[in-house]
Amino acid sequence: MTELLKEYLPIVVFLGIAIGVAGLLTLASFVLARQKPDSEKLSAYECGFEAFGDSRGQFDVRFYLVSILFIIFDLEVAFLFPWAITLKETSEFGFWSMVTFLGVLTVGFIYEWKKGALEWE
Amino acid sequence: MEGGFWTDFAWPAVLLVIKIVAVIVPVVLAMAWLTYAERKIIAAVQLRKGPNVVGWFGLLQPIADGVKLIFKETVIPSGANKVVFIIAPLMTFVLALVGWAVIPFGTWDGGKLVVSDINVGILYLFAISSLGVYGIIMSGWASNSRYAFLGGLRSAAQMVSYEVSIGFVLITVLLCAGSLNLSEIVLAQKERGLATVLGVPALTFLNWYWLPLLPMFVIFFISALAETNRHPFDLPEAEAELVTGYNVEYSAFTFALFFLGEYMNMILMSAMTSILFLGGWLPPLDVSWLNWIPGPIWLALKISFFLFLFILARAAYPRYRYDQLMRLGWKVFLPLTLVAVVVYAGVLLYAGWLPK
Repeated sequence: MTELLKEYLPIVVFLGIAIGVAGLLTLASFVLARQKPDSEKLSAYECGFEAFGDSRGQFDVRFYLVSILFIIFDLEVAFLFPWAITLKETSEFGFWSMVTFLGVLTVGFIYEWKKGALEWE
Repeated sequence: MEGGFWTDFAWPAVLLVIKIVAVIVPVVLAMAWLTYAERKIIAAVQLRKGPNVVGWFGLLQPIADGVKLIFKETVIPSGANKVVFIIAPLMTFVLALVGWAVIPFGTWDGGKLVVSDINVGILYLFAISSLGVYGIIMSGWASNSRYAFLGGLRSAAQMVSYEVSIGFVLITVLLCAGSLNLSEIVLAQKERGLATVLGVPALTFLNWYWLPLLPMFVIFFISALAETNRHPFDLPEAEAELVTGYNVEYSAFTFALFFLGEYMNMILMSAMTSILFLGGWLPPLDVSWLNWIPGPIWLALKISFFLFLFILARAAYPRYRYDQLMRLGWKVFLPLTLVAVVVYAGVLLYAGWLPK
């Protein structure tokens, strides 16, 4: 077995055990409790009203905008991880290239801000 | 042949399972009694008694709750997407649990007390906490209920917003520590820092990153509150408007798994805060009788401290409005942490304080 596998095998086993525990607990409540469904019990909760059609309709576009912004900035963070570790080696060159990169992203961020993509009211 | 099988395969496997169980059991127990602690502390803040019927001082309350939830009927709404509906709580619970695979609890005879000492530990934790959004958005979508759907959307947007500032804060810690391995980050806080500069290396707590990174520490803790959907950022479950948000359609143990997952995430975030900013398993003073107390106890004490703050924040603050929440995340924390990354990197580089 290679070193890499040895490091990550415990995580896989851990994952397996966690799934086992969660599955068993869910199953236990299926087995132990009396299941007695009826149509009223199984209808979607809407404060006593009949549900007005399907709930998966339109939703605010801003949620979509937030997730797009998130992808940009999270990728940026992922890019920064190795940079932060190797800053000693890359030194000034590494530092100023990253400042330039962050600067470009900041311009985009200011644009979003001015365009009102971050407004919620 | 037989001997090789036992020494090379079976025995390490048994040892590994024992190790994992030794992590999972205390975490699950801690989480169960965290619900009790929360009710007791909030009761004390509000001059009530809290749970005091089941067992001595109500100490068996979490067990009673668990047993009750197991004996409840699991309702799966007719309009729901059944497979996704069942997978969502399992995913939340499992993801909250597997993060513990890389948390270092201390050192023992020169070895590290950790299930898996991977060299990208912090990246792993970051990835696991990002995946946490899936459980919530899956439950919100699969329930096919308006409240659950809105709660899921809100929660997802909130979690990803604060994920970004958490990421930038992690970068500043990495700049100081120079390693992605969580044990290395803790050990880096032992050797270098203000106490060493001042010439009093026994005051280890001055070496920890909470002091040089104080603004980042505060931002990280507040983001952790938002990331775990806790007060004052508990909009996904705003009772008054969304009844409880994404888990409104869940019952019995599928609901319990969400609940447990949320509390386990709280403990995980507290553990992360302790490791990154409060020196993990290190004792506050480098003196022999404090060093004698084992590392896991110090880590547990630090985690308890943050959990206490989590609960106190719930007791003390009113809920944020959604626009205020997004404003804080995107217009305050994001620019602040972005600037901080550049400033910390610049100072460390030009002052020659970079690690190694």
